[in-house]
Amino acid sequence: MMINAIGREIPEVVEGYGPVKSFAGAFATPPGMQRQAPAVKAARPGDSKLLDGLEEVFRRIPVRDGMTLSFHHHFRNGDGVVNQVLATAARLGIKNLKVALSSVFPVHAPLVEHFKTGVVTALDTNYMSGPVAEAVSRGVLAQPVVLRTHGGRARAIECGQLKIDVAFIAAPAADPCGNINGVTGPTACGSLGYAFPDAEYADHVVAVTDHLEAYPLSPVSIPQTRVDYVVKIERIGDPKGIVSGTTRITKDPVQLKIADTAAKVIEAAGLIRDGFSFQTGAGGASLAVAHFVRQMMKKARITGSFALGGITGHLVEMLEEGLFKKIIDVQGFDLEAVRSIASNPNHLEVSAGFYASPFNAGCAVNQLDCVILGATEIDTDFNVNVVTGSDGVIMGGSGGHSDAAAGAGLTIVVANLLRGRLPIIMDKVLTATTPGETIDVLVTEWGVAVNPRRAELREQLLAAGLPVKEIGELKAIAEKMAGKPKEVPLGSRIVAVVEYRDGTVLDVVRQAK
Amino acid sequence: MKTAQAGTLESSDIMITLSPQEPGDGVKIDIDSNVLHQYGEAIQAVIASTLAEAGVKDVWVKAVDRGALDYTIKARLLTALDRARRAA
Repeated sequence: MMINAIGREIPEVVEGYGPVKSFAGAFATPPGMQRQAPAVKAARPGDSKLLDGLEEVFRRIPVRDGMTLSFHHHFRNGDGVVNQVLATAARLGIKNLKVALSSVFPVHAPLVEHFKTGVVTALDTNYMSGPVAEAVSRGVLAQPVVLRTHGGRARAIECGQLKIDVAFIAAPAADPCGNINGVTGPTACGSLGYAFPDAEYADHVVAVTDHLEAYPLSPVSIPQTRVDYVVKIERIGDPKGIVSGTTRITKDPVQLKIADTAAKVIEAAGLIRDGFSFQTGAGGASLAVAHFVRQMMKKARITGSFALGGITGHLVEMLEEGLFKKIIDVQGFDLEAVRSIASNPNHLEVSAGFYASPFNAGCAVNQLDCVILGATEIDTDFNVNVVTGSDGVIMGGSGGHSDAAAGAGLTIVVANLLRGRLPIIMDKVLTATTPGETIDVLVTEWGVAVNPRRAELREQLLAAGLPVKEIGELKAIAEKMAGKPKEVPLGSRIVAVVEYRDGTVLDVVRQAK
Repeated sequence: MKTAQAGTLESSDIMITLSPQEPGDGVKIDIDSNVLHQYGEAIQAVIASTLAEAGVKDVWVKAVDRGALDYTIKARLLTALDRARRAA
């Protein structure tokens, strides 16, 4: 066992994962490596990429036992491609596949059966929820799942730690030569950013579409120069699960109070000024923060430089009102985001690496003034858990959480002090997924805690009259109301390895009972 | 005393059902909770002490908890008890 820089005990070697590189600090581990390169290809005039069905794709490549198949998650809970590709693998008797899917949703439940039958024996992802996460937590796989960040996945693909044999790219629109975009067709999802590294670095790239357009397709997100095969199937996804209608601001008064306080923290930090750059999620209090920030920006008559991340209609409205000059988009959450990226030249589609990889010549999160993030648990060292629930079962993942936290000048975690009865602040989070050194402020309905590393910021918040408390004080308030929770017993087997964005190991997840 | 209920299945609430038992049967408490691991014993304790304070000896308590705090548990239990006694 070794102890990493945030005090977590990690084995030196994890069976099925290999030797562990211990987390040493957010920017402490230099890359010291070359990028990996896929095989060089050639095509002749008259060659056709169009294949008749997924089985034909499997035979042509050919897909063999033990290969790594990759997928992107822009279709979220409406994805139909992963299940159809893996059903094809099962039908053809292929075993021991590794699935590298950037995020796993409840719709991917059939994966559990493929685990049990040995069709799929390894999983590499940045987020998982639903039956697959539950089954992994109970120990269905012999090999631990690798949990990465969105930037970390791009880094792993580009640097050769995640070697992809075949990338299956769900393509809302494609042409017969393999040009792809995400903005036309019945399953338009907007940005295809998470699929860019897969397309760039996989040995074989397959566009799976249900909307074939005449050559040449435009706009082009993923170009024909990287796509080997194009296959048209009946349906690649369910639009209802892909994008939502208008994402609404929460009506919960507690969450609104938290959001209002978070916006005041941003203002007190002096960030509501020309050039302001901002990232926030779509859920709960996060979107409400954008709502309050929008009012502040209007009142101060300032123009921000850009909004980043998963994009909602709310951020699109701010772009259209002139509150931001640009949107940098790696994933769209709603129909407004799709409409905007398709029509507004100031709405940019970028790759996962551009968004958040720590190992390139500079990613977008490094340009962020402020990010708003959630948390399932946070400890008194400000380490955050967004992977496991209080029962130890996996219910999420970092996604871009640790990437944005590391990059942003001001990282704010917004959370209710109690989630149901459970205090959000612990002595030690069950699973550390974002290191505390990258979290600056915790905002709850009972007060605001500032990371001791940011003494100057603490003074700014106090001067603005914000309810600043020590994180230990907030923890005591929660425990006074709810009582101190008893620890949940866990098994000893490691079911997932939590990699930081640089590939070092932050923590491991043990089997849930 | 008759069977009575109080509370809801909303988050942070608890639904308590009381059923009278024969004299001498004692107190039986069944708890279903989304925080059973962390707070099962605490919930059991607040229900038992509230019943003792109210002088209830023979009752079956079915508690379906969704993360209620102690005062909520106590309030729902006392309300259910009040309803059970009125119904008699």
